[in-house]
Amino acid sequence: MKKTVKKSVAKKETAKKTASKKVATKSKTSNKLLNIKINGVDYKAPAGSTILEACRVAGIEIPTLCYLKDLNEIAACRVCMVEVKNARSLVAACVYPINEGIEIFTNSKRVVESRKKTIELILSNHRMDCLSCVRSGNCELLALARANGVDDTKYQGAKTESKIDDSSAHLIRDNSKCVLCRRCIAACTKFQSVGVIGTNNRGFKTIVGSHFDVPLGDTSCVHCGQCINVCPVGALYEKTDADKILDAIRDPEKFVVVQTAPAVRATIAEEFGAPIGTNGEGKMVAALRRIGFDKVFDTDFAADLTIMEEGTELIERIKSKKAVLPMITSCSPGWIKFIENYYPDLLPHLSTCKSPQQMFGATLKTYYAEKVAKIDPKKIVSVSVMPCTAKKFEIHRNDQSAAGKGIPDLDYTMTTRELARMIKKLGIDWNSLPEEEFDSPMGTDTGAAVIFGTSGGVMEAALRTAAEILAGKKMKSLDYKEVRGMKGIKEASYTVKKGLTVKVAVASGTANARVLLDAIREGKADYHFIEIMCCPGGCINGGGQPQVSGHIRNTMDYRAKRAAVLYNQDKSMKLRKSHDNPDIKKLYKDYFGKPGSEKAHHALHTSYVKRNWT
Amino acid sequence: MSKSAIAFTGTKEQEKELKSFISAHKNDPGPLIMIMQEAQKIYGYLPVEVQEMISKGLNIPMEKVYEVATFYAQFNLVPRGKYHISVCLGTACYVKGSQKVLDALEQNLKIQSGECTADRKFSLDSCRCLGACGLAPVMKVNDEVFGKLTPDKVPQILSQFK
Repeated sequence: MKKTVKKSVAKKETAKKTASKKVATKSKTSNKLLNIKINGVDYKAPAGSTILEACRVAGIEIPTLCYLKDLNEIAACRVCMVEVKNARSLVAACVYPINEGIEIFTNSKRVVESRKKTIELILSNHRMDCLSCVRSGNCELLALARANGVDDTKYQGAKTESKIDDSSAHLIRDNSKCVLCRRCIAACTKFQSVGVIGTNNRGFKTIVGSHFDVPLGDTSCVHCGQCINVCPVGALYEKTDADKILDAIRDPEKFVVVQTAPAVRATIAEEFGAPIGTNGEGKMVAALRRIGFDKVFDTDFAADLTIMEEGTELIERIKSKKAVLPMITSCSPGWIKFIENYYPDLLPHLSTCKSPQQMFGATLKTYYAEKVAKIDPKKIVSVSVMPCTAKKFEIHRNDQSAAGKGIPDLDYTMTTRELARMIKKLGIDWNSLPEEEFDSPMGTDTGAAVIFGTSGGVMEAALRTAAEILAGKKMKSLDYKEVRGMKGIKEASYTVKKGLTVKVAVASGTANARVLLDAIREGKADYHFIEIMCCPGGCINGGGQPQVSGHIRNTMDYRAKRAAVLYNQDKSMKLRKSHDNPDIKKLYKDYFGKPGSEKAHHALHTSYVKRNWT
Repeated sequence: MSKSAIAFTGTKEQEKELKSFISAHKNDPGPLIMIMQEAQKIYGYLPVEVQEMISKGLNIPMEKVYEVATFYAQFNLVPRGKYHISVCLGTACYVKGSQKVLDALEQNLKIQSGECTADRKFSLDSCRCLGACGLAPVMKVNDEVFGKLTPDKVPQILSQFK
């Protein structure tokens, strides 16, 4: 098979980047080295660096709070203030560019006292319920306060008035803890180009909120949770059904089944101190059994099922002359909400497939209840562990109850973070857990399903199956490396047989999705198939994943390390194509007939609604 | 600030005027504030309906408009009344008791500072120094200045305009 990588629309993204780089040339990379002095020691640093970057290269850390590299470089929090010789006042290291001969002091008495006072002033308007706060343990403000020996009671006085906003399906905003770093706004605006939150009012009355202070649930928020991921404190956190899940487990009448998404295994170990890039699958399965779930299954099973359904839909669309192309994936509920809000005219491009989570729930309460466990689906409580907060919105969508009215495909969903909290709460010692395997049959998976958890993974999995079906023979290589990686937009074309070249594109982060969608609107996108994931980098960076502190975000590509977990697992597996999954074959034989059958359509497909944006 | 309780009374002509201004300027660099200023000139204030026209016209989130509208003091989110009252809370007026005058106005008109009565007759605001400190405490009703105020004088002054 011939593989060629073409660049057309992807150029747009690159072009945009170049433009922004040009603007930033003064403050960004340059080959010229400048002589600088930090705390009395001579160094050389590239011209255009900020003080923060130059110090980092020299191995000197300057504490920051609001700063996130390439995302939020706005000098809002004033924690990174340093002294520059002959400068009138202290300067913000995160934005101040170095010049030849600059002398910087990062730990002078003046700097240390300023830093301490700044943190004390931030704390004076921060509701400190650290003992019960959800971020206790990984709060960036608490870490700063500790490292700088602050007095948390020094400044007592008025606090900015705010209300808790719990109007949205997935999160709670508690502005009494907000430090106005504006990271959430940057994530919402720049990663996702949604922008439903911003800073309202001015001065002491400033709060983060939506237009006319409408509750978040009434805006066109896509529930992606990226705002939660970047929040340094406990001002943003997911809504939880953890207690309801535990109650169901304690109820002997209920049969409680859990499924875990592919991306959860790539990150959960981080919550227990393991380095980023550790595969926690075996211990996670063991922990779920010890929590008391009756069956521990794998969303991977449904990912393989998705490929069968979506792949069939794609092949039908390619073969038909009238069908709408490009077809776009429908696995990511944040992405679905985005297109419904912002591009409702393009909804016919979406695959009608439910997401793997919902397909799993639908299959669980129909096929599994009827043919395998032989129990009343009403007794089954269907739970998922997801890297995602938008799933909390998705489970309540219409048309998500294949087994009948009042029997939802999913009863509850929790994030990776919530599962980690549950494990800790129940006294399960992660480190001493054995490695266990998923239950059968809905725990059987292939390598194709595992990589669903990262940007490009659904595309690669679909290509592995679709190419073989279209070509009518086995393919030599199963690796579609052009669609891998953390680039925002990826394009490739593959000649699967003589006369048929399949053109594909992959985007993650809805700001990147917009580029492809605008191209479709303008009639410039001649792809067959597009994969879109709502979160930048895909589910391994989902809004329900372990929070990565600003310090780590600024110094390494944690997303690539998490993705590598999934690609490594895929590489080590015997079965790497969805259509080779033996339990999927059995499922079709015993229940659904064939992909795209009427029965499959009823249970595994859905429709979408047009919404407005605000 | 939440959505104004006062009904929006914008006309088709006003809408046309704003929309043509937006299409003429939407490709200018940083057009938002200029467009908001023009919108305020047309409507007198920036209610949710007007902010939505700006948001849709520029294809930017509503919050982006609201953020700017609530940051700058020059933008009003509630309409001005036929009679706009501005009470000076500058140093001289304040020490002479202008806060009590403002309280009396709020009580009498049954609105808070920054609001407008439902019949759009009176709106109330505070300001900093009108340059008439010798008459402190002072307030303005449109362009007419009233000095040496006490809370007792408020009903009598208001009755001139009712």
